[in-house]
Amino acid sequence: MQNLINILDLSCEEISELITVADDIIDNPENYYEKCAHKKLATLFYEPSTRTRLSFEAAMLELGGSVLGFSEASSSSVSKGESVGDTVKTVSAYADIIAMRHPKEGAPLVASQRADIPIINAGDGGHNHPTQTLTDLLTIHREKGTFENLTIGLCGDLKFGRTVHSLIAAMSRYSGIKFILISPEELKIPSFVKEDYFGYTPYEETTSLDEALPNLDILYMTRVQKERFFNEEDYLRLKDSYILTPGKLENAKSDLSIMHPLPRVNEISVDIDDDPRAAYFRQAKYGKYIRMALIMKLLNIH
Amino acid sequence: MRVDEIKNGIVIDHIKVGKAMKIYDMLELDGSDCTVAILKNVPSKKMGKKDIIKIDGNFNVDYDMLGFLSPCITVDIIKNGVLSEKKHMELPDTLANILKCKNPRCITSIEHGIPHIFKLVDRENGVYRCLYCETSAK
Repeated sequence: MQNLINILDLSCEEISELITVADDIIDNPENYYEKCAHKKLATLFYEPSTRTRLSFEAAMLELGGSVLGFSEASSSSVSKGESVGDTVKTVSAYADIIAMRHPKEGAPLVASQRADIPIINAGDGGHNHPTQTLTDLLTIHREKGTFENLTIGLCGDLKFGRTVHSLIAAMSRYSGIKFILISPEELKIPSFVKEDYFGYTPYEETTSLDEALPNLDILYMTRVQKERFFNEEDYLRLKDSYILTPGKLENAKSDLSIMHPLPRVNEISVDIDDDPRAAYFRQAKYGKYIRMALIMKLLNIH
Repeated sequence: MRVDEIKNGIVIDHIKVGKAMKIYDMLELDGSDCTVAILKNVPSKKMGKKDIIKIDGNFNVDYDMLGFLSPCITVDIIKNGVLSEKKHMELPDTLANILKCKNPRCITSIEHGIPHIFKLVDRENGVYRCLYCETSAK
């Protein structure tokens, strides 16, 4: 039985297989309407994340399956003090696969040690969020047609942004990848990420989005959160330099893909939404298709 | 100073000077009824000074813990008064219930009854990370 706890649980071959299935789902959705008939997905969300939960539920419903679960800890037996291990052991009796969101890091791994059915990590605190990374990978594939020879700009909060760390982990396995890390000094990428993944992958660090933009094939934007700063002054000084506006895009490549894990606050101007280079709403849609492919894989359905 | 030779037991040798009591505690030797000698500040060619623990009797040593506490330790296994085996310690690949994860956001901080497991990720620098949250142990 296979689980998905960390994006690196999947080999490049397995990711490629998932993407092939997702492509086929997009082209021939009718072939998949009954694939998971009579199967149940349990969404165990110990903290609310409406976007991720809806994406999982939409994926299962579109495969002809059903969903059950809870969307916050207070409405579950957790509020009575039940352990994660006991909860998933019980849910194993009712469902065929579990998607778990938990505020504590490592909770889905604990779940996978006790459950009798596959566990998908739907986000564990600031740690891993592998289905977001799969979504990002499908988006890169759909937008660029390849995972090789790309210059990828990562912009914003690179210190706490788990989506950024996981994307680096996943993309550093392909050849010809170069990262440009764009962030204020205060939010630079942590050294453990560099040590783990930048052994063979070139990267540059810069504080200037304007300087980096013309070289990028992909720009991955993240939110710069006010609470990350020590003082208001620094925040006000920095926040505007990481807002993408039509003016900034003038020097960018015509085939740039702008990605964002969403939700955005103000870091991408709404004026860019209609630009063909804005990929972030397509990205949200791809999230459903790759989760469909993943659910089928973990349930051994072909 | 003379400590009687042991018949059947073990000698934990090349302990960093001053660390014998800590190892005594970690191995929970206070709960054992074996005859135990702790030698401190023993002259050593290799280390200048060292500590030694001699245990006469049947005692199961947690080699992972010894390797983690001090990889330079050697353990002599004595049978019928003669050295039957010399074990060199090394950093174990996995530590089970030796360290506790200090990350307050780690699931081990709230979920009871799960083992605290650390994996060796960098042997050269002796870096261990929590299996669950991947935080490095300090």
